[in-house]
Amino acid sequence: MRIFASLRIAGRALRRNKMRSLLTMLGMIIGVGAVIGSVSLTTGATKQVEDQVNSLGESVITVFSGNFTSGGMRGGWGSAPTLTVDDALAIQQLPYVVGVSPEVRDREQVLANGLNWNTQVMGESPDYPQIRNWGVARGAMFSDPDVRSLAKSAVIGQTVADELFPNENPLGETIRIRNLPFEVVGVLAAKGFNLFGQDQDDTVVVPYTSHMHRITARNFVNDILVEASSDQTIYTVQEEITELLLARHRSKEQDFTVRNQLELMQARTAAQRSMGFLLAGVAAVSLIVGGIGIMNIMLVSVTERTREIGIRMAVGARGGDILVQFLIEALTLSAIGGTIGIAGGVGFSKLVAYLKDMPTVTPVLWIGIAFASSAVIGIISGFYPAWKASQLDPIEALRYE
Amino acid sequence: MLNHPVIKLDQIRKTYYTGEMEVPAVRGISLEIFPGEFVAIMGSSGSGKSTLMNMIGALDRPTGGHYWLDGIDVSTLGRDELADVRNAKIGFVFQGFNLLSRTTAMENVEMPMLYHRRRIAAKEQRDCALRCLGLVGLSDRADHHPNQLSGGQQQRVAIARALVNQPTLLLADEPTGNLDSQTSIEIMGVFQKLNDQGITIVMVTHELDIARYTKRTVILRDGVIVTDELVADRLIADSELSNLRRAQQAVQLA
Repeated sequence: MRIFASLRIAGRALRRNKMRSLLTMLGMIIGVGAVIGSVSLTTGATKQVEDQVNSLGESVITVFSGNFTSGGMRGGWGSAPTLTVDDALAIQQLPYVVGVSPEVRDREQVLANGLNWNTQVMGESPDYPQIRNWGVARGAMFSDPDVRSLAKSAVIGQTVADELFPNENPLGETIRIRNLPFEVVGVLAAKGFNLFGQDQDDTVVVPYTSHMHRITARNFVNDILVEASSDQTIYTVQEEITELLLARHRSKEQDFTVRNQLELMQARTAAQRSMGFLLAGVAAVSLIVGGIGIMNIMLVSVTERTREIGIRMAVGARGGDILVQFLIEALTLSAIGGTIGIAGGVGFSKLVAYLKDMPTVTPVLWIGIAFASSAVIGIISGFYPAWKASQLDPIEALRYE
Repeated sequence: MLNHPVIKLDQIRKTYYTGEMEVPAVRGISLEIFPGEFVAIMGSSGSGKSTLMNMIGALDRPTGGHYWLDGIDVSTLGRDELADVRNAKIGFVFQGFNLLSRTTAMENVEMPMLYHRRRIAAKEQRDCALRCLGLVGLSDRADHHPNQLSGGQQQRVAIARALVNQPTLLLADEPTGNLDSQTSIEIMGVFQKLNDQGITIVMVTHELDIARYTKRTVILRDGVIVTDELVADRLIADSELSNLRRAQQAVQLA
């Protein structure tokens, strides 16, 4: 029998008992809706964390200098002067390295415009915005010639701009660090707080050469930021940095540490996975309950329509034709229920997002999974009733009152 | 050249087993029915006529003997092949009409074509269904639902449905059992008209006066044929109807 005719017959049968069909679908609607709704909200929450992690920069490797030990007292990472600018320049030559910035940090009192502000002054290379995935909102980043010429150029964070130049355009203005005038050449885009609650916008960035030779008189760097070309190459790059620095420092003991963002991300994905298992469990239970509802109603329907089955068989329907007819009916019920559930789940999550100001992500993959599994549940739960119908004896079925 | 029989029964037997008991319903019936015949199978309840009817209708298989329908040995076929035989070779008319409710007359008539092994285009289905409704005089009721039709009209729809796949045999099971006497005669008129066009009809009935509209009567008792004879004083539905109407008019005039 043709599928189109079967669909028409199924549609008519379902329309005949509108209320019953709706209630049967309700199991599917609630199940699928709950899954889609909760997945949307949790994916939204995970996305938020992910964005925060990414705000540190993707595929970023940080090389810290070694710990300083003096008479049994050990300083933390970065306390011993083991990393130099030459190390950073050597790392830049490694394959898969797309950005390097030797980093020098210092807290300084910054003066401008008759105001002053204590902030973190960073010495960085022009690669810094790219490595940190951080746009320059106004003006531009200083350049390599600026680094070579120890230029007195500064790029300031949004917080510093707000504190020192309220209601003014800071571009071209002068700020004084340790009484040295620096020209503001750019303002970084607002980035907000990082995972640890620090205001990332409370910063001034100057060329590392200027920092090391003009502000602080240093010949070492606190750490080196390295960006690998992708998530895949990050470990290769990490190993090569380790080898390179061990060779350069000619030390038996490793006097530096190499860390990457992936470690943070792995912790995150582990949490995500356990959430995924939980959701899958909820989904499975609700879909099974929906499926039982469909099976129940299909069994009732088969009994109720025994005579119709008998008539169809008498005029030449094979058992298979009857099987397909009832399977399509169950499939239609569950697929429509699943579709309504998906729409309801997406709508619900959007509503919660709107009311509670929470981020949501419509999970396209999960919508696909939900639709496919509601269809599969329909076929599975429809199969036994449909098979029962197809095995009826036409004579008995015709006699059924 | 001899005409091949539409139905050829050779020592057909059917025994039901209820627990330990063997209940023989049909005990060796041989019968030949040729194209263009109009046969009434009669008998009291328990005579085996329903069992015989089910076997002729390919709804049931005999426990012994052979049955050829249009040259095919139906007694050896499986479930699916029997369904195909019913679809292509047999048109059923039931006592209780057995139309699908909440489905138009048209769709009821189209139904057997849905199960045809050859795909029939939607347009062809509609044309075919309309033609068959025309044969029973119901072209103007095509989109009525069964509950909007009288008993006689419902039975006509059922007859149209039985004709739609151009069967070699029209099989009617007490087709007038649920109808009043005048409507019964009208339905017999439809059968006679179809028979005149060459359609072979086998009808089960227990009403003697209905059997007189057929051409041949087969009477069963206890699972065997006791009488098989041509109808001598055959009634013609059209003239009986006009007689009836005259009589009704006379009563009203009086």
